[in-house]
Amino acid sequence: MSILVNKNSKVIVQGFTGSEGTFHAGQMIEYGTNVVGGVTPGKGGTSHLEKPVFNTVQDAVKTTGADVSIIFVPPAFAADAILEAADAGIKVVVCITEGIPVKDMIPVKEYLKSKDCRLIGPNCPGIITAGEAKIGIMPGFIFKSGKIGIVSKSGTLTYEAADQVSKAGLGISTAIGIGGDPIIGTTTQEAIELFMKDPQTDGIVMIGEIGGNLEANAANWIKANGTKPVVGFIAGETAPAGRTMGHAGAIVGGENDTAQAKKRIMRECGITVVDSPAEIGEAMAKLMKVTA
Amino acid sequence: MNIHEYQGKSLLKKYGVAIQEGIVAETPQQAVDVAKQLTEQTGTSWYVVKAQIHAGGRGKGTVTETGSRGVVLAKGIDKVEEVAKGILGGHLVTLQTKGNGKKVNKVLIAQDVYYPGEAQPEEFYMSVLMNRETGRNIIMYSTEGGMDIEHVAEHTPHLIFKEEIDPKVGLQGFQARRIAFNLGLSGEAFKQMVKFVSSLYAAYEGTDASMFEINPVLKTSDNRIIAVDAKVNIDDSSLFRHKDIAEMHDKSEEDPTELEAKAAGLNFVKLDGNVGCMVNGAGLAMATMDIIKFSGGSPANFLDVGGTANAERVEKAFRIILKDPNVKAILVNIFGGIVRCDRVAQGIVDAYKNIGNISVPIIVRLQGTNAEEAKKLIDDSGLKVLSAVLLKEAAERVKQVLQ
Repeated sequence: MSILVNKNSKVIVQGFTGSEGTFHAGQMIEYGTNVVGGVTPGKGGTSHLEKPVFNTVQDAVKTTGADVSIIFVPPAFAADAILEAADAGIKVVVCITEGIPVKDMIPVKEYLKSKDCRLIGPNCPGIITAGEAKIGIMPGFIFKSGKIGIVSKSGTLTYEAADQVSKAGLGISTAIGIGGDPIIGTTTQEAIELFMKDPQTDGIVMIGEIGGNLEANAANWIKANGTKPVVGFIAGETAPAGRTMGHAGAIVGGENDTAQAKKRIMRECGITVVDSPAEIGEAMAKLMKVTA
Repeated sequence: MNIHEYQGKSLLKKYGVAIQEGIVAETPQQAVDVAKQLTEQTGTSWYVVKAQIHAGGRGKGTVTETGSRGVVLAKGIDKVEEVAKGILGGHLVTLQTKGNGKKVNKVLIAQDVYYPGEAQPEEFYMSVLMNRETGRNIIMYSTEGGMDIEHVAEHTPHLIFKEEIDPKVGLQGFQARRIAFNLGLSGEAFKQMVKFVSSLYAAYEGTDASMFEINPVLKTSDNRIIAVDAKVNIDDSSLFRHKDIAEMHDKSEEDPTELEAKAAGLNFVKLDGNVGCMVNGAGLAMATMDIIKFSGGSPANFLDVGGTANAERVEKAFRIILKDPNVKAILVNIFGGIVRCDRVAQGIVDAYKNIGNISVPIIVRLQGTNAEEAKKLIDDSGLKVLSAVLLKEAAERVKQVLQ
């Protein structure tokens, strides 16, 4: 089982008929995700991938009862798409789009505070509950069903962790990519709180990178409230200060957001931190044996 | 995207922020001409000659060739040419530059603003940026202007103030007044500061900036509030809607290899280590750099080839990495998800053959869809390529080749 999404989630795709939307919606449907339709303004009333297309998210929600949305629209229009989903009553919005201007995301973050709506991303691979629902662009087969939750800022590093966890004889409950932008919806700490409460998750892998304070905040929360073992990794120990490393948010700004500082804080908070990303799976397996 | 001081000031002026006026010049003769022009405009008879490079600490920096500082006061029109000669064309080394410093292609000839008058001039610090903790913009300011703000933060943190902007209502008048009061201003200077703050914030918002740092903000001896310097960074993601600002990009400030990579759609950062790497995904790319370090090497670059690691991109990436003579080995780390590993492997083999004569060992780690087929393809290619499937194996291979 899982957090946030499962086989009962009714999913719509915003930017459904575009090339990205079409490809990944197809993959999601193939995985078994309950995709109930999509939204492309101006194409309402037609059908695509054998699912209905709507002009607005509101129409889609009214007709299909959708509660989850995934966004594949270009950066200039993505903030608007998130707001539209939240306004229409969508409960979980997953925004894949990379390169949304920060100025557009500031009012989005503010607006969501007044809504019963959780944003995942932007600039993220999405969320997957193994064997039930894939709402994202990740390769589904890597995520063997099991009891480990993964929260990560990065796409391929999430796949790496999931693969190692599976090869270590464990599996994944839900994996959530929170995104690498300076402003994102769901934080590391929020994802970890959900995993700690989830009866189907026994252990958590937390993957971060240089820049910002999400990992330190999560670590402090775990120290005070944690009930399950956590393995942590922070990418970018060798990254130079002041340079953006691919993700817009991955930039060392001061002494407290280097990989070394984050790892130190996480260790002080009782998290099992691995220095090499090759050791994530083994470390988790060891911890699970101890708890068992 | 970083821009020069003179460009930042032009943006400030457009939004009504009072600035230390100046005109940019590319030759010593041009410097004299624009200095005369500046006198006509402002009446100044002294001139501040300021090197335009993307690095802080220019005033205390040294031009290697001449020994000149990066910012020099010319006390008279007859001094301008000589001062400009000492800076233009030389390499300026400051605390923030790397290696041999940065070549100075332009100087800003600016008016002297520290003239004597009824009041003592005072320097403040002010910046606008986004606070990642709250997802809101803040104005950070201090009475301790003209010095390194990190130093102030460390030694006298109580002298740094912050004003957070609520996105629902934007910057309010009471906030601008609070800033002016906290800086100890009254009378005309107070009024000027209120206007300065609101115009500065308008400039930050209007240009989609990630940062506007004004250090110092000067209260002149006749109680005007002006921006003497401007360090400006614009959000790269917003440049599509600011064509005029995008044109301010100074390519000479960037590493030529990085520019070439960018043109090829590769996300590349040059580093100074001995093992090159090519990875799909930014997080995994950083993690791969870390693996290189734990295997006894040090990363020569960051390189994210993106989701479609096809033969053409792989070849371009190899060529870019191989330009660096320090590179003793290359680690390719691809986690194939949607893109199949055997396709990537074929791309690597093709690229390798196209380039020919690669003298450094290459370690290829392909994991994910069809990883075993990919390994076989690499192993059977007859090329000097070491293959790996697990990340751990890749790390061991790096260790081997460095021994």
